[in-house]
Amino acid sequence: MIYLDHAATTPMRPGIWEAMRPYANEVFGNSSGVHEVSRRAKNVLEEARERIAATIGARPQEIVLTSGGTESDNLALKGAALSRSPRSGVVTIATEHDAVRETADFLRRLGLPTALVGVDEDGAVDIDSLLGRVTAETAVISVMCLNNETGVIHDLPGIVAAARAHHPEVLIHTDAVQAFSSQDLEVDALGVDMLTLTGHKFGGPKGAGLLYVREGTPLEPLHHGGGQELGRRSGTHNVAGAVGLAEAMEAAKDDRLRFRTEVGQIRDDFEKRVIAGLPDVVVNTPETMRSPHHLNLRFPGVRNQTLLMRLDRAGVAASAGSACQSGAATVSHVLEAMGLAAGEARESVRFSFGWDNTPEEAVDAADLVLGLVEGLR
Amino acid sequence: MRALVAMSGGVDSSVAAAMMRQAGHEVVGVTLKLWSGPGGEAPTAGCCTLSDAEDARRVAAQLDIPYYVLDYTEEFRDGVVDRFVQDYVSGRTPNPCIECNRTVKFDRLLDGLADFDCDVLVTGHHARNRLEDGMWALRRGEDRAKDQSYVLSMLTQPELARTRFPVGDLTKTSVRASAAEMGLRTAAKPESMDICFVGQRDYRAFLRDTAPEVFAPGPVVASDGAEIGRHDGVIGFTVGQRRGLGVALGEPRFVVRIDAGTSTVVLGRRDELAIAGVRLRQVTWTAGTPVTGRVMAQYRAHGEPVAATLHDDRLLFAEPQEAVAPGQTVAFYDGERVLGGALIADTFQ
Repeated sequence: MIYLDHAATTPMRPGIWEAMRPYANEVFGNSSGVHEVSRRAKNVLEEARERIAATIGARPQEIVLTSGGTESDNLALKGAALSRSPRSGVVTIATEHDAVRETADFLRRLGLPTALVGVDEDGAVDIDSLLGRVTAETAVISVMCLNNETGVIHDLPGIVAAARAHHPEVLIHTDAVQAFSSQDLEVDALGVDMLTLTGHKFGGPKGAGLLYVREGTPLEPLHHGGGQELGRRSGTHNVAGAVGLAEAMEAAKDDRLRFRTEVGQIRDDFEKRVIAGLPDVVVNTPETMRSPHHLNLRFPGVRNQTLLMRLDRAGVAASAGSACQSGAATVSHVLEAMGLAAGEARESVRFSFGWDNTPEEAVDAADLVLGLVEGLR
Repeated sequence: MRALVAMSGGVDSSVAAAMMRQAGHEVVGVTLKLWSGPGGEAPTAGCCTLSDAEDARRVAAQLDIPYYVLDYTEEFRDGVVDRFVQDYVSGRTPNPCIECNRTVKFDRLLDGLADFDCDVLVTGHHARNRLEDGMWALRRGEDRAKDQSYVLSMLTQPELARTRFPVGDLTKTSVRASAAEMGLRTAAKPESMDICFVGQRDYRAFLRDTAPEVFAPGPVVASDGAEIGRHDGVIGFTVGQRRGLGVALGEPRFVVRIDAGTSTVVLGRRDELAIAGVRLRQVTWTAGTPVTGRVMAQYRAHGEPVAATLHDDRLLFAEPQEAVAPGQTVAFYDGERVLGGALIADTFQ
């Protein structure tokens, strides 16, 4: 199998599973307990938290360990909107992952002021339009680092600078789950108040993620209970998951430079080879401000679910966009927001590359795509 | 042979997939995502719901066959749901499951066979389809009580040639036994009887939510034209209906006619329900050749066939029939074999 769906999830990097193992069966204690095995677990957990914090330039107490990206996005938006702060609104963009979009919609249904800002044909956000929707009621602005379907990189520094200048009291959250493997993410350089990450998007375990919460940020928890995570996320700790997350973050950060060049080259080779063979292919991923490992292509005249099924049979794993419960290839809200017609969105396929792909795989996969598309036309 | 199996998540299509696999064919399973409510919520009852897709996915995994969910929500909304609403607005009595077969399931999947690189489409319908003297013969299923040939009467020869119904030779009891033997999780799953997009609600409640604008009040009149009451929309009525008429007349009264144009509901005595014949539209000749003369006609999914005579676009019943309504499908049979089918355009007395 040639796996080109790393934006959905990734295989774990070498050594991570082994590093997690002892905390499933040997040091199994509840990190809040009062005995030896629990003290050891607690110590391991806090060491992992320190390592996690260090990879993004945060302080350990600013890391809230969660079950993953969806929970972190929910905590960021609901936590900010429902906190003791008098502000309760959310401003976000139309191309966010459903974890943000549906959470914003839930808050809208509760009667809180929410706004969804459109994007241009490259998927980019206009900063003035975004800030134009911020009001005295807005609690948080949420804009992802880079889009999971197209790989477009948002001008987060520009957004943060403008928002700070005009609305210093509004919190800024970013979903960075797609960005960690390739982008330098230092929370102070980014200037955000909250940042979402999850292990399995960069070679770590599923079920282990985090929300970075800048010290002093008012936040209502989603999970009320035993008061773990300084009251911001109750629930018995996933110690093995925290260890896996720490290992994966360090490994991915150490691998970033290679990732940008080598994985980027693999993506570029695949793209060039497909376009050389099929000149009418439309590249939905913008030419500039693009991540090194996403590629969204439209194959005119070929329905994406058909091509994906043929690719699956040929041993190539790709997708039409975000994975949902039903697994159906529905029309992408991201591509629609960029102005594609529903029929065009239904011809679009996302290929996303990862740490384990090889240059040979790019060539083989491109040739398979060429053969299948020609056969389907 | 490569078979594309439409898996609804029920026991019949699960066993159909398993039988094709056991016969040594290459099998691809698909579930059609057809409907989500106005708020995007998934239906909870009827065929092809989200939980049914989960069952289909698990059965496919057990059979070790590739499995996909195909999104046909737009086609279903346009071809089935909008039409269902429109039929009621026009005073007709639609069968959305047949429209779904006609405009989505068979149409789209047969069209898509080449895309999937498959030779035949397989479904879990209880009906039999065999090549006899160069023609495909569609017959009632082995299990007469579960027979679904009526809802397949819109199929034509080129479609039958590319379609297989492996469970048509089995009784429902042996389908379940065979599923249990293979350990399929759907072996004891209850059958869905609801219209999938309506769910367990009344279809009128669905129409009220979906198309409130189509409820136009009007008069309830006796067969002599005298107004005897008012109603809040013809959609609340079906030909043959006796209960909930909103008028008290001392003797049993039935809906004998609905005039959507003037939003009028006509009530009459039972003998006024008698229909001598119907005019047909969208006639298909399943057996391959147009038929005139004597046939057996079935105008309800689980109704008994009755003797009738076909003349062009007219079907005359040998005995007058009650509660026949425009919009229903009528299937023509010669014994067990389906000759063709049509929609009832209107009825005459």
